[in-house]
Amino acid sequence: MKVIKIDKTDWASGLEKLRGSFALIGPVKEKFYHTFKTLEPGREPDMDYANTRISPKFVIYPQSEVILKCSMDANDPDYKIFKEPEKEYKSKAVVGIRPCDADSFPLVRRNFDTEDYKDPYWLRAYETTTLVGLACDNPCPTCFCTSAGSGPYSDDSLDLLLVDNGDHYMAKVLTEKGQSLVSAAGWNDDAGDDAAEAIEKKKADAESRIQSRVNTQNLAGQSLLDLYEADTIWETEAFACINCGTCTYVCPTCWCFDVQDEVHGNQGYRIRNWDSCMYPLFTRHASGHNPRGTKLDRLRQRFMHKLKYYVDKYENGIQCTGCGRCVRLCPVNIDIRRICNMMNSYDPESCTCEVTAS
Amino acid sequence: MNSYTDKIKEISKRLLKEDKVDMVVGYRKGSVPLMHQPYIAQNEAEVDAFVWDSNCGLNLANYITDRTERIGILATGCNSRNIAVHLVEGKIKREQLYIIGIPCKAMVDRHKLSAMADGDITSVAEDEEKGTITIKGENFSETVNKADVLQENCSLCMHRNPVIYDELAAEEVPEQSRDEIDPYARVKEIEAMDPDEKWNHFDDLLSDCIRCYACRNACPLCYCPLCFVDESNPQWVGKSMDATDVRTFHFLRAYHCAGRCTDCGACVRACPVGINVRDFTKKLEKDCLELFGWEAGLSAEKRPPLDTYSPKDPEDFIK
Repeated sequence: MKVIKIDKTDWASGLEKLRGSFALIGPVKEKFYHTFKTLEPGREPDMDYANTRISPKFVIYPQSEVILKCSMDANDPDYKIFKEPEKEYKSKAVVGIRPCDADSFPLVRRNFDTEDYKDPYWLRAYETTTLVGLACDNPCPTCFCTSAGSGPYSDDSLDLLLVDNGDHYMAKVLTEKGQSLVSAAGWNDDAGDDAAEAIEKKKADAESRIQSRVNTQNLAGQSLLDLYEADTIWETEAFACINCGTCTYVCPTCWCFDVQDEVHGNQGYRIRNWDSCMYPLFTRHASGHNPRGTKLDRLRQRFMHKLKYYVDKYENGIQCTGCGRCVRLCPVNIDIRRICNMMNSYDPESCTCEVTAS
Repeated sequence: MNSYTDKIKEISKRLLKEDKVDMVVGYRKGSVPLMHQPYIAQNEAEVDAFVWDSNCGLNLANYITDRTERIGILATGCNSRNIAVHLVEGKIKREQLYIIGIPCKAMVDRHKLSAMADGDITSVAEDEEKGTITIKGENFSETVNKADVLQENCSLCMHRNPVIYDELAAEEVPEQSRDEIDPYARVKEIEAMDPDEKWNHFDDLLSDCIRCYACRNACPLCYCPLCFVDESNPQWVGKSMDATDVRTFHFLRAYHCAGRCTDCGACVRACPVGINVRDFTKKLEKDCLELFGWEAGLSAEKRPPLDTYSPKDPEDFIK
């Protein structure tokens, strides 16, 4: 691993050079909040931002993606024969992604890339994407990344980590993809011997500024059925929930999808859409029966999946990187930190748990 | 608004103690600023969590639909109007309810305040006497007049006092009138646009929609057992991000609320991407007033105009 220095005066020109080999995607402010957008020539990412409302999950895994197409023209010899649409997987670079969002990709990969099944759409998009992270010096009050397996300077899932240092970035080149990107941009100034140490110092400072946390140490040891039946938690928390899809759609780690066939004119499409466990169609059987038929069932599914089923199945922590989007955007203030701490502290003997303020 | 909170707690405890109700629906303090949580108190101890201030902008009528218990419920002007709509539409019975009327001093716009702040808001304080709101964050502190940061629906509200209640938690507040303010100024601006401008306006309005349905689910009117967008057999509308399907959802939902919407603003408050969904419903409200002399939820007996037929109904649209 090496650290290079990118003068901010060389930033825009470097990005322009990258356009030859990468489609650039970065945070921009539109209306009144930031969002990840494809950066047209001349448009720079706005690196002065906390985080976007919608996570960059959609760069790899679009909310709606056509996976197959067919002709609906009865005279066409290929009438109703589904074929994969021609699709270009051009190299992309996500510039300015936060470490917590980058850490969500390997987590989601556990679902899309297994021994038995490899999701071609997700993997192709992931493999052609270079992640240029931006270390987080001003975490939000709702951030709890450090107790959710990530952190403001986490570089486990990035190809390059940029650390803002006034008139320049210190850039940790972490992978071959990261090296190719800095070479293409023409950034190669040595950051000096002190850079690695300076980054560690800033990292410690940023981590100390994370104000909230989740307790997860007991989750694996809890009995699944006891937690499932913990009405103390589910009945209290489900009352306010309106079963909208906000939490799942803004989440970088929610991966559930639904496949739909649609016809537009003479074309048929098979489309993969994000699904949400909050919705009445989620897991509804063909018979009409839904094992998760009530609001309480759906709310419990979301938190049990993230904080218990995932924990047990993959033995790799919780299905959450602590970005805090759901906490900030839930219209009725359902707070995953509160629920996680309740699940972690649940005592089946007394049917009680600790209730924390956040 | 500690005086409101104290009085609400006092009434709620009394109702539970005297076994007049099985539960009281109110708000408890949220874990993040500007966000209180709808909360159900089933005993006197739970009532202590109740809070009332300018961040109680959801609609509690949404939480009593089809319930069977005896319920105490806090109700501002708009919330009480939605309770009236529920009574007319058979979603709850009057004898089940003990309505604690809240003369409403308007709610603040969480989207507006967040956009105003220079960083994350960590605390919000309200000075009721001065009429100011102070937001604080790590490196800033800003005090603004509450009147300047109201939810738009609250600034245009003509029914701040509850229209139906069993007991008031405070003295009635003065009402605004249509002589002072024009609640339909924005609707008129949109009406005055030419077709292309209108198209672009609504295209832009919905461009950020993620189909999370928070607007629908925060709305007390949207109680259909299965919404048309969730129906899969037959499937009325596509479920992808196709712009036509997104528009179809918003247009149809708005029409379904015509003559029933009280402009409580819960839809806008709930939207995670700040879409002013009221651009649809306010127009329908204006039409109902102009065509039928009708305002939703002012009566617990009369059915809404699109739910009834009268030979005198306007028919100028038939050419």
